[in-house]
Amino acid sequence: MSPLLIFVLIPLLMMIALFFTNNRKQVNLISLSGSLLLLLSAIALVVLFWRERTAGNTAQMLFAADTVWYREFNIHIATGVDGISVLMVLLSAIIVFTASLVSWRIESMPKEFYTWFSFLAAGAFGFFISIDLFTMFFFLEMSVVPKFLLIGVWGSGRKDYSAMKLVLMLMGGSVLVLTGILGIYYLTGAETLNIVELAHKNIEQPAQSILFALLFTGFGIIGALFPFHVWVPDGHSSAPTSVSMFLSGISMKLGAYGAFRVAICLLPEGAHQLAWIFLILSGFSVVYGAFAALGQSDLKYINAYASISHCGLMFFAFLIFNETALTGAFLQMISHGLITALFFACIGMIYSRTHTRLVSEMGGLMKVMPFIGVGFIIAGLASLGLPGFSGFVAEMTIFIGAFQNSGELQRWFTIFATASIVITAVYILRVVGKVLYGKQEHQAYDSLADAYWWERVTMITLIAAVVLVGTMPSWFSNMIQDGLAPLVAGLVK
Amino acid sequence: MNYSAFLQLHNEMTLLAVIVILLVIDVFSSEKGYRFFQTLALILFSIHTLLNCVPGEPFEVAGGMYMYYPIHTYIKTILNVGTLIVLLQAHRWLNTEENIIRRGEFYFLTLSTLFGMYLMISAGHFLMFFIGIETAALPMATLVAFNKFNNKSAEAGAKYILSSVFASGLSLFGLSLVYGATGSLYFDDIAKIMTASQIELIGFAFFAVGLFFKISLVPFHLWTPDVYEGAPTSITAYLSVISKGTAVFVVFTIFVKVFGVMIAQWQILLYIIIVLSITVANLFAIRQQNIKRFLAFSSISQAGYIMLGVISGTALGMSSLVYYVLVYMFSNLAVFGVVTIIENHADKTSIRDYTGLYYTNPKLSIVMALALFSLAGIPPFSGFFSKYFIFSAAFKEGFYVLVFIALANTVVSLYFYLKVVKIMFFNQSENPIERISTDIPSKISLIICTLAIVFVGLVSSIFEQISVLGFGI
Repeated sequence: MSPLLIFVLIPLLMMIALFFTNNRKQVNLISLSGSLLLLLSAIALVVLFWRERTAGNTAQMLFAADTVWYREFNIHIATGVDGISVLMVLLSAIIVFTASLVSWRIESMPKEFYTWFSFLAAGAFGFFISIDLFTMFFFLEMSVVPKFLLIGVWGSGRKDYSAMKLVLMLMGGSVLVLTGILGIYYLTGAETLNIVELAHKNIEQPAQSILFALLFTGFGIIGALFPFHVWVPDGHSSAPTSVSMFLSGISMKLGAYGAFRVAICLLPEGAHQLAWIFLILSGFSVVYGAFAALGQSDLKYINAYASISHCGLMFFAFLIFNETALTGAFLQMISHGLITALFFACIGMIYSRTHTRLVSEMGGLMKVMPFIGVGFIIAGLASLGLPGFSGFVAEMTIFIGAFQNSGELQRWFTIFATASIVITAVYILRVVGKVLYGKQEHQAYDSLADAYWWERVTMITLIAAVVLVGTMPSWFSNMIQDGLAPLVAGLVK
Repeated sequence: MNYSAFLQLHNEMTLLAVIVILLVIDVFSSEKGYRFFQTLALILFSIHTLLNCVPGEPFEVAGGMYMYYPIHTYIKTILNVGTLIVLLQAHRWLNTEENIIRRGEFYFLTLSTLFGMYLMISAGHFLMFFIGIETAALPMATLVAFNKFNNKSAEAGAKYILSSVFASGLSLFGLSLVYGATGSLYFDDIAKIMTASQIELIGFAFFAVGLFFKISLVPFHLWTPDVYEGAPTSITAYLSVISKGTAVFVVFTIFVKVFGVMIAQWQILLYIIIVLSITVANLFAIRQQNIKRFLAFSSISQAGYIMLGVISGTALGMSSLVYYVLVYMFSNLAVFGVVTIIENHADKTSIRDYTGLYYTNPKLSIVMALALFSLAGIPPFSGFFSKYFIFSAAFKEGFYVLVFIALANTVVSLYFYLKVVKIMFFNQSENPIERISTDIPSKISLIICTLAIVFVGLVSSIFEQISVLGFGI
C-alpha cells in the first residue's frame, strides 16, 4: 500500500461516514473536516517532497509504490509523485476544500450531494498520484457517475441536456484515450503499463502518430480544446457552484495533464509530427474562447469561455516543446485552476443572492456586498494577467517560451495568441464595471447580505493562493522543473 | 456398464436429484407442507450449488460423449448462482394467487432447462450437444408462455418455440453436412479430419447461424424484443442471462475446438456479426419505451461485446468471456430484479413510469443506477473491468478497428443507459411509483448483485481464478 493512496482513501471514508449522518450539521462537519484533512495532507506532501529533494533524493518519482492488481494484463496500482503531480494534488486539495465550503448551505439533499462530491474528488486525486496507465484511466473515468448526477440533480437551467452532453462528450474523449492506451500497451510489446518505464520504449511510425492523434484528441476533449470544447459552456453553467469550480478548476486540468504525461511524453515522435495541427487548434482555442466570452451575457458562460481560452493556452504551450513554455503551461494550470475557482465561487455567491446571472440585470453590487465585490475584482484582474497575481506569471512564462521557438508557424501563432490578452482585458473590465460599479438595476438588491463566514474563508483561501503563486513564482517553477527535467530531455529537439 | 461413471457427473446428478425431489413433493405434499415448498426448493438448490463449486480433474464419460474440463465448474457455478438469483426474484411472483398452484411446474421447468445447458456445456459429441440444446429450449418455451391467459405471453411462447425450432433445424442441417464430410460427430475426431473444404464451410455456416439465433445476435435477433416483452419478467431475466451465457460459452468452445481449422473464416463472420449486433442494437435501444424491450436490445448489444472474447480465440479471450458473463449476469439481474419488483407492486413497465423513482424508492433506484452504470462499463464498477479485459483480448489479436468500433459504441450505450438514470433521478413525477416495501428474497438477491457489481472488479483474485483454468480445452 502506498502512502499516497491516502488521498483516495480520505474521500472514500468521507462517503462512508456521510452514509451514517442524519442531519445537516453532521454532513457539514464531515465534509469540512474531510476536506480540511485533504488540504493538510496535501501541504504535508509538499513539505515532505521538498525535504526529500533537498536531502538529495533524485529518483524521478518519489514515494513510489507498486502493487500488482491484474497480472495477466500487467495492471498495477502504481503510485508516485514528481514536482508536477505534487502541485496538482495541492491544487486539487485547495479546490476541493473551497468547493465544499461554498456549498455549506446547499438546499436539497446535502448528504447525497457531498457523497457524490467526495466520489468526484477521489477520482481526481487518484488520477494525479497514479503512474500506471490503467489506474490513471480508471480514476479519470470514475468521475462520470458523480458528474452526471451532480449536474442533473443539483444543477440549474437546462440541466438534463447539459449533464448528458457533458458526460457523453467526456466519454467520447475517454474512448479515444482508451484506444490509445491499448495501442501503447500492445504495440510497444511492453510488459508494463507504468508511464515511467513506457517512456523508454519506442513505437514505430506511423503507429506512433496515429496513437498520438487519438490520445491528444481524447485528452483534448477532456481539456476543452477547440473544437471539442462545446460541453464546457453548458456543463459549467448548469452545474451547481462547487461542481463548476471543480469542473473548470480540476477536471479540465486532468485533460491537459494527461495530454502531456501520456500523449506527448510517451509518443514524442508522433507529437513532433502532428504538433502543427494541434498548435493551430489550441491557438484558435485561445482566441476563440476570448472572443466568445466577449459576446456572452451570462456570468457563468463568460467564465466558461474564458476557461476555454486559458486552457487552450496550456495546450499551446505544450506544443512549443521547450522547457520555459512547459513550465509556463503548468504554472498556467495551477493559476487558472485557482482563478477560475475563485471566479465561479463569486458568481455562485452573487447568483444565490440576486437569482440571476445576467450581466444586464446587475449593477452597483459593490456597494451592497463589498467583500464579494473585492473578490470578484481580484479574480478579474488576476485573470487578465495583472502582475502580482498568478495569471501574469503563467502567461508571461508561456509567451517568453513561445517566442524562443523560432519555427515560422509557432511565431505566427504566438503573436496570434498574445492578442487574447487584450480581448481578455476587454471582457473582464466590462463585466466588472457593469456588475459592481454600474447603475443599480433593482431596488431589492439593497437588502442583500454580504459574504457569510464560509464564503469569506473560501475567497480568502483562493486569493491567498493566487497571490502566493504570483509573488513567489520561482519556487513554483522550481517544483515544476523538478518534474520536467527528466521528461524534457527526450522531448526538446 | 460401469455405473461409477455417473458419480463423476455429480453436478448433473445432484441437479437431477433436486428436480426429482421437488417433483415428488409437488405431487404428493399436503396443503400444509406445500407452504414450505419454495423455501425447500431454494435450500436444495443452494446445496446443489455449494456442492459443485470446486473444480476437479478433467475426465470423459461415455466414450467421449461427455467431456469435463475444470473451467466447466466455473461456468456452471456462474449459471447456478444466476439461477438462484432468478429464483429469489421470482419468489413473490410465484406466491400470487394465480401462480401458486403452478409453482411446482415453474421449478421443474426452470431446472430442466438448466440441466439441458449443463449437457450443452460438457458435450463432447454433437448428439449430446443437440440433446442439451433441445432439453434447454422446449421447457424454456413453456416458461415463456407461463402466463398463458395473457396474450403477449402466449404470443411470446409461440414466437420462441418457432424461432427456436427453426434455429435447431438450421444447426442440425449444418451438422449433417459436417457429418457427411467428416464421417464423425465426435468433437475431437471432426477437428482432426476437418480440412475447411467447401462443404464443411457451408455446414459450419448453418450450424453457426443456429447458435447465433440462440444468442440473438443481429441479424438473427428479431424474436428477442417480443419474447422479452411478453415473457414473465423473471423468465426474461433467466433468458437474457443464463441462456445467453451458456450459448456464448458453447460457441467459443465449439468454434475453437471443432472448427479451429476455419479460424480465418469464422473470424470474418464474427467481425461482421459483432459490428452489426453492437451498432444496430444500440441504435434500436435508444427508441424503446418499454423497459423490457429496452433491456432486450441492451442484451443484444452486450452479446455483441461478449463475442469479442470469442473472436480472439485465445485463452485470454476465454477467461475474459467467462468473466464478462459473470459480471454481466450480476448487473443484468440487478436491473431485472428492480424491474420485477416494480412490475409486481405497481404493474408498470414503461420507462416513463420510472420518472422520479429516486424520490420515492431511493434504494431501488440506486441499485438500478449502479447496475446500469456497470452495464455501460463505467468504473469503479465491475462492468468496466470486464469490458476492458474483453477489449484487451481482442486488441491483442490485432482487431484494432473492431475494438475501436466497439468502444465508440459504448458512448451510444452510455447514452441510453443514462437516459433511464436521468428519468429516475433528475425530475420528480406527478404520478410517481409509490413507496415499495420489497420482499426479503428479492432484497437478498439485490444485495448479492450490488455487492458483486461493486467488488467483483476491484478484487482481482476472481479473474485470476478463472484465468488459471482459462483454456483447458
